[in-house]
Amino acid sequence: MAKTDSVKTAETMAGALREISVAEFFEKNRHLLGFDNPAKALLTVVKEAVDNSIDACEEARILPDIVVIVKEPREVFRITDESGVEIGMITKVGDKLELRIGDETAKFIEKKEPRKTESVYIFEHGDNTYKFRVMKKEIKKENGTPAISEVYEFVRGRTELRISKQPADRFSIIVEDNGPGIVKEHIPRVFGKLLYGSKFMGGKQSRGQQGIGISASVLYSQLTAGKPAIIHSRTAANKPVYMYHLRIDTTKNEPIIVEEKSFKEPPPLDGQKPVMTEHGVRFEVEVEGKWIQRYHSVEEYIKQTAISNPYANITFVKPDGEICKFERVTKELPPLPKSIKPHPHGVEMGALERMLKLTDSRTLAGFLSNDFSRIGPGTAMQICKLSNLKPSLKPKDVDHEQLERLWRTLQSFAFMKPPMDCLSPMGEERMIEGLKKEYKLDFVTAVSRSPAVYRGMPFLIEVGVGYGGELKDNEPAKILRFANRVPLLYQAASCATTKAVQKIDWRHYGLDVSGNMPIGPAIIAIHMASVWIPYISEAKEAIAPYPVIVKEIKLALQDCMRKLQRYISGKRQREVAAQRASLFEKYIPEVAEAISKISDVPKEKLQTGLVNILKKGQIIFEDEKAEDENGTKPVQTALAKKSEE
Amino acid sequence: MVKTDQTKAKLKQIGIKLAKDIGAGKNPTLDVPIRALSNVAYDPKTKLIMLGDKTAKRFFFNVAHVRKFVQTVEVAATAKELLDVDKHLSLREVFYRINRTLPGTNINIVDEQEESNKAIEDLELITNASREQLHINANKMGSVVGKVVIKDKGDLVDWSKLGSGGWAIPSNVEDIEFVKVNAKFIIYMEKAAEWERLHEDKVWEKLNCIIMCSQGQATRGVRRLLQRMHIEHKLPIYVLVDGDPWGVYIYSVLKYGSISLAHISERLAIPGARFLGLSADDVEKYDLKRHIIKFEDVDKARLEQISKYEWFKNNKEWQRQFDMWRKLGGKVELAALSSKGISFISDKYIPDKIRNKEFLD
Repeated sequence: MAKTDSVKTAETMAGALREISVAEFFEKNRHLLGFDNPAKALLTVVKEAVDNSIDACEEARILPDIVVIVKEPREVFRITDESGVEIGMITKVGDKLELRIGDETAKFIEKKEPRKTESVYIFEHGDNTYKFRVMKKEIKKENGTPAISEVYEFVRGRTELRISKQPADRFSIIVEDNGPGIVKEHIPRVFGKLLYGSKFMGGKQSRGQQGIGISASVLYSQLTAGKPAIIHSRTAANKPVYMYHLRIDTTKNEPIIVEEKSFKEPPPLDGQKPVMTEHGVRFEVEVEGKWIQRYHSVEEYIKQTAISNPYANITFVKPDGEICKFERVTKELPPLPKSIKPHPHGVEMGALERMLKLTDSRTLAGFLSNDFSRIGPGTAMQICKLSNLKPSLKPKDVDHEQLERLWRTLQSFAFMKPPMDCLSPMGEERMIEGLKKEYKLDFVTAVSRSPAVYRGMPFLIEVGVGYGGELKDNEPAKILRFANRVPLLYQAASCATTKAVQKIDWRHYGLDVSGNMPIGPAIIAIHMASVWIPYISEAKEAIAPYPVIVKEIKLALQDCMRKLQRYISGKRQREVAAQRASLFEKYIPEVAEAISKISDVPKEKLQTGLVNILKKGQIIFEDEKAEDENGTKPVQTALAKKSEE
Repeated sequence: MVKTDQTKAKLKQIGIKLAKDIGAGKNPTLDVPIRALSNVAYDPKTKLIMLGDKTAKRFFFNVAHVRKFVQTVEVAATAKELLDVDKHLSLREVFYRINRTLPGTNINIVDEQEESNKAIEDLELITNASREQLHINANKMGSVVGKVVIKDKGDLVDWSKLGSGGWAIPSNVEDIEFVKVNAKFIIYMEKAAEWERLHEDKVWEKLNCIIMCSQGQATRGVRRLLQRMHIEHKLPIYVLVDGDPWGVYIYSVLKYGSISLAHISERLAIPGARFLGLSADDVEKYDLKRHIIKFEDVDKARLEQISKYEWFKNNKEWQRQFDMWRKLGGKVELAALSSKGISFISDKYIPDKIRNKEFLD
């Protein structure tokens, strides 16, 4: 060991100790909360807000109407000369433009609109006139939907310079719902204080679990865009809309109210019709982010949310102005899950210690029978006996050694399974509806398994499988993962769902396989409902692969695939039948003509007769060659087939 | 003309039956007698291969049948047309007549003549009328020469005065009249080359016989002509083929009939025909061993098949022949006799064999 010059004493070290602010904690642990990169952060903010909205609606038994708007608060254009040297910048916020040449701001002269699709902004700086032209063009997107694309031109005097739009690095996110709203007094704490909420240790199935997400979004916005979050809330049609501009005091973890107002009606919602006409919440933040497409995109998340919540109406406005409407297909809300007390098998030692401290019960036996499910007074006495503890012991007096004995007994004792009415499955029908509404499919099936238990926590697995339609043959099958109806987009590889998918021999069900994952025109949706989803991290991106969970998923998948397989083999038969029917169709005019010649019966009559027989489906399928080579066999088989039909 | 009317009536009967099926909403079917080994039997009394009474149903709405069904009906329609206008078509012409592509597909009604030929044979079975009665002819594939005068379509033809080609045997010999027959027997041979040899050597004149050939398997016209002369003029028939299983099979078909034409065995087969050569004994006797061409596997298999035919199975003489061929392990062609002299076959081989009655039954 190297000798050090100055030895640090406990005193000097204590001098360096201080309370770490939430901001600092957040900065260091943002990956745990889903803010590790701008693309993911944008998704996390949308996700937290939407999850809260749907949760609130469901709890209040309101069919959710949700508007999600993601837009660029400003556009930045970079102007360069031929050699790529930067000459200036244009910043566009709303309808306002600013042109900077070098360090100076150019003088805005006028805006012209030679035609509807074209705007020209004219600036002067020094001896030069600058013209910035924006032209709107109609284009077709990859998926064929028409969209508007903008083309830019920038001219100095008569020289055309290069202009390019910078990829957006900032986004405004607005999420509005028609939920019950939040009472005025609670608003600042719900959004402006981390780890505040009703959900923590609730013992009830819900989307959020810790009450950390939405305030983390506010903090992220504050740290990256420096702007306060804007919250509107209304609890009834006859009450005002309260508005708060909030910041978080990062050292104290307390909300700072920057501005507070009330309105009679909700203010305009960026061109969309507000949904909080009677009650609801609007949440608005500006954050650093990145807009991406496909797998991990906000759009994908919204689409999957629409699948897992087919009773929700979701309007989604994308930064390019495109409006996607995800319509409600069922008016049936899932049953409201009941709260349950923890099952003894699901309690960790630390949690047990905390429960002992917080309980209102005065005796250990009372604590056990009151605060846990599946422990009655008799069982409580038995537990005490097994743990060698007095039933009359005060819970607060349980020491560490006793705690450990109690915990071990709780873990090893054979309790009844936890009650299952705390779960709210999507249901096979809603799952099918959800898939059908977002994908054109030839076949959809779903399986809801009966509840099972992992570590004392009841859970339930549901799987939906769609096949054919718009799905492509040679691409990996699409796998959608849901936990308590929330789509999971990241960390697929370590998720229990993926582990289960990899355990299935997909070839057995007519799909190809690559790297243990299925290939083919299939979409597979897996949902886990539970009071407590065992996420791998606080960012809630993947379900921990407990063997019993993986097994349940696997069984549900196999069940679904068996149904699909029946469909596929049926489909092949139908295809062959159709092919054959068309073969006969082609032969009918020829054979009618020939028979007409021999019999002198009019051709038309014969032709209609044959077409009618074909419609009745009296077709005999038989192996080729059967007729001539094996003497009597064809007679028998032909007759046998006929009698079958 | 009566015959033609009967055939027409039969065709119409089939058409009406199919139309009735269709009218009743039933899958239209044809009852086709089965032409397979399982439905033919050798009748030791008549010494003929006869067709059994098993029939197969041929459905239109049956994936495996539809093609043949349509072919059969097409052929029937063509025959009806031919009978109506009293014209004939050759097998090849019928093939072209019915061949076309189904609109909007790449499916042809027939792809090969083999298919239309089969359909015609089926139609014969269904209508119990011969191909000739349906006004469909095979190609002329046979020659004959001898001291015979016939009347064909009003023309008198003297078979001995037709030069080196002889009279070409038509496929339909039903209406030929024998005006004068001056011969003691008929030699039928498998190959035109041998026939030309014998004709050049004037064997028919020297031995006072008729010599006849087709190419390979005897055509129907040839078989029917042989049968008529055998029955109507009591002429013995001697068959001269190569010394191999295929030659024996040609003899067998002439004598007993064939599986595929079992339905008309009575009109074609000649149970009285005799096998003149080339026998296994001839190989020894005429010292042809060095001309043996080794059997291929197919030849051996064919030999075994033929040796098990019901009509050869219990024939000691033939079984002795088959054993000898097995031992020889190869075949000998008739042409090999020319090694003994250009006209050895005409001057020595045939006259000796006939004189000594060296033929197999």
